[in-house]
Amino acid sequence: MSRYLSVQLAMALMLCASPVFAQAKATAQNVPEIPYESVPNFIKMPPGLYLGEAIGVATNSKGHVFVYTRSANTRLFEFDQNGVFVREIGEGAYNFEFAHSVRVDPQDNIWVVDEGTNTITRFNPEGHITMVLGRRPPAVLGMPAAPPGPPPPAAKYTFGRPTDVAWDPQGNIFISDGYVNHRVVKFDKNGRFVKQVGSERPGSEPSQFSTPHGIAVDSNGNVYVADRANNRMQVFDNNLVLRNIYDNIGVSWTVCISPGPHQYLFSSNSNPNGNTPGSWDITGEIYKMELDGTIIGKFGHASKQLGGFQVVHMMDCRNPDQIIVAEIESWRVQKLMLKPTTGTPVKPTTTAAR
Amino acid sequence: MKRTLQISLAAALLAGVSLSAQLVVSELAYDAAIEPLKLPGSLNFGEVAGVATNSKGDVFVYTRTGHPTLSLGTARPFAHGGSRMFRFDKTGKYVGEIGQGVYAFLFAEKVKVDPQDNIWVVDQMSNTVMEFDPEGRLVMLLGRKAESENVPARGAAPPAAPAGGGAAGGGGAAAGARAGGAPPQGAAGGRGGGADAEAPAGGRGRGGPPGAGGQQDVFNRPTDVAWDAAGNIYVADGLGTNSRIAKFDKNGKFVRSWGQTGTALGQFRQPRAIAIDAQGLVYVADAGNRRIQVFDGDGNLKGRFLNVGTPRAICITSGPRQVMYVSNSNVPEDIDVEGEIYKVDLTGKILGKFGHAGRLAKEFNGVNQLECRTENELWAAEIGNWRVSKITLRGTGSTN
Repeated sequence: MSRYLSVQLAMALMLCASPVFAQAKATAQNVPEIPYESVPNFIKMPPGLYLGEAIGVATNSKGHVFVYTRSANTRLFEFDQNGVFVREIGEGAYNFEFAHSVRVDPQDNIWVVDEGTNTITRFNPEGHITMVLGRRPPAVLGMPAAPPGPPPPAAKYTFGRPTDVAWDPQGNIFISDGYVNHRVVKFDKNGRFVKQVGSERPGSEPSQFSTPHGIAVDSNGNVYVADRANNRMQVFDNNLVLRNIYDNIGVSWTVCISPGPHQYLFSSNSNPNGNTPGSWDITGEIYKMELDGTIIGKFGHASKQLGGFQVVHMMDCRNPDQIIVAEIESWRVQKLMLKPTTGTPVKPTTTAAR
Repeated sequence: MKRTLQISLAAALLAGVSLSAQLVVSELAYDAAIEPLKLPGSLNFGEVAGVATNSKGDVFVYTRTGHPTLSLGTARPFAHGGSRMFRFDKTGKYVGEIGQGVYAFLFAEKVKVDPQDNIWVVDQMSNTVMEFDPEGRLVMLLGRKAESENVPARGAAPPAAPAGGGAAGGGGAAAGARAGGAPPQGAAGGRGGGADAEAPAGGRGRGGPPGAGGQQDVFNRPTDVAWDAAGNIYVADGLGTNSRIAKFDKNGKFVRSWGQTGTALGQFRQPRAIAIDAQGLVYVADAGNRRIQVFDGDGNLKGRFLNVGTPRAICITSGPRQVMYVSNSNVPEDIDVEGEIYKVDLTGKILGKFGHAGRLAKEFNGVNQLECRTENELWAAEIGNWRVSKITLRGTGSTN
């Protein structure tokens, strides 16, 4: 009887553990608020067209906005800088199954990460596929069951529900991978494997990951990884050697870094799916930071109303004063106009990894 | 020096290389265009499994694209779509689509054009070979699509190159070693995967030897089709449990089949491609056994080539002096090994080779079909790069 009870208790604890694990109040104190406004009706959908879960968002050099969305089918839409619909890209493409990320590289190629097909695909600006990393599991093999025992080693050229992509100034490709693997992989600009950090197993030690969910690279080639289920961001040099851990900003769901001579780092402590009681009070804000982890300020909060966020999944910060956010729930893309803050920046609380 | 030569010779003999094997293969000079075909609008190729040309130079591409879909019916899931066939003119301009919404375009494998310019489509998942006339009307069907799908289904993923270690070897041969009742690989949500898994031995049909699929026209993951001068039809069948060549007369009447799963002469592991020369000899790319086997039209073994890696695609040129091209294709899961294409004469003598695996122009990734109407102009269907490469060989000589 008591043994039975303890098993029940353990199970109950395990069940409780997941929502607690998936949300975290940021520990940074006295962070200045950044005032902002959300542009009303920014994305203007043509009649009869709907966004589903707004999973990925990115802009190109002309300010056009690309939205990768889980609609009836996963689709990729392009809007101009005013949010007016331009076109659909890759309609019915083989890599489109379950959207996860879209990013635009310096040459205005559009890269799409699809966790439903385990692919990272590069579209040229005309909308034609010019590179594919990973492989969609062949339909002819059916749906493979999970093998018994420990997961097989992560492979060089296949992914396990990858999440995001970024590039360094030399064009090397960095991929966060993902929900099944827990690693970051570096490829050269021609798509050849270079190295990885992390593995097929989750872990919470430095240089291990638990659901690496977003990735960005600064102009010096340093790599910033949203280590979501570990409630932290890990920073690596270009050879994937750990340099820093920022763990005072709650859950790092997604990251972006603005271009230009003074780069800013943004990280979202998105409110968790499910909206458990109390979660809106402690999550939902986005942090604006220096690359060294100094917090300049924060903005936003969990809400279903315009101006609030409902699980921010991705951000574009090509202009660090105009942040475009894509929300899983609310099926919405917002453009946020940030205003100056006068508060005192918060210095990093963690020391560099040694 | 002499000692080295002896060792090389001994190794060559051990490996079973035929006497025509060459220790040094010359490199052929070539160019490749990676966007020879222009798709309209937002259309893109998926994995390009098949490419073929007709007598006018029109190009046909059979590609895995769109969404392969299972819908829920009465207690069974039913498969729809997943592949399309596009037609281009000889300048690469898009002409149109053939077979929209057809019943059995599930998982593209090959497209071939016969001497009368009929277009033949081999679908690996629907287990069918479909003949369309030059106007695109379906005129003959071999095999039958399964009524419904088994989910979760069958098959094991091939070994993918581990990220932490060196290059994987073996290709198809390694994949074969892991088959035979091994549990399916790949975690829920999809890790790796590949169409290269080999089914365990054991016949699907009744009454035939194990792995031979029985004397009937039901296919199991067929891979290719070819014709002799009399119009008889030969189907490579395939990646599933059959491992045989099935022969039909020109009217589609089943004649006979030969071969079964195994490594002995006349047996196959993953027969992936088939080509027939002007004399009616049948060349089978026996990929899992890393050889090409040559038969007469009745299935009598006439010879074999052992020095072309893992042949996953072959073609034979037309004209009085026929040559063969053979692709030692990499699996799309690893671009760090293999990928070269051999030019051989019909005795198996290697005339040269070119290319290697990769994603750039003049590199190849998972070539699944080669088309070679003429000796110096080839088309390659690349599964890994989702593209068609048009290859131009610079003359017939070698560069070194």
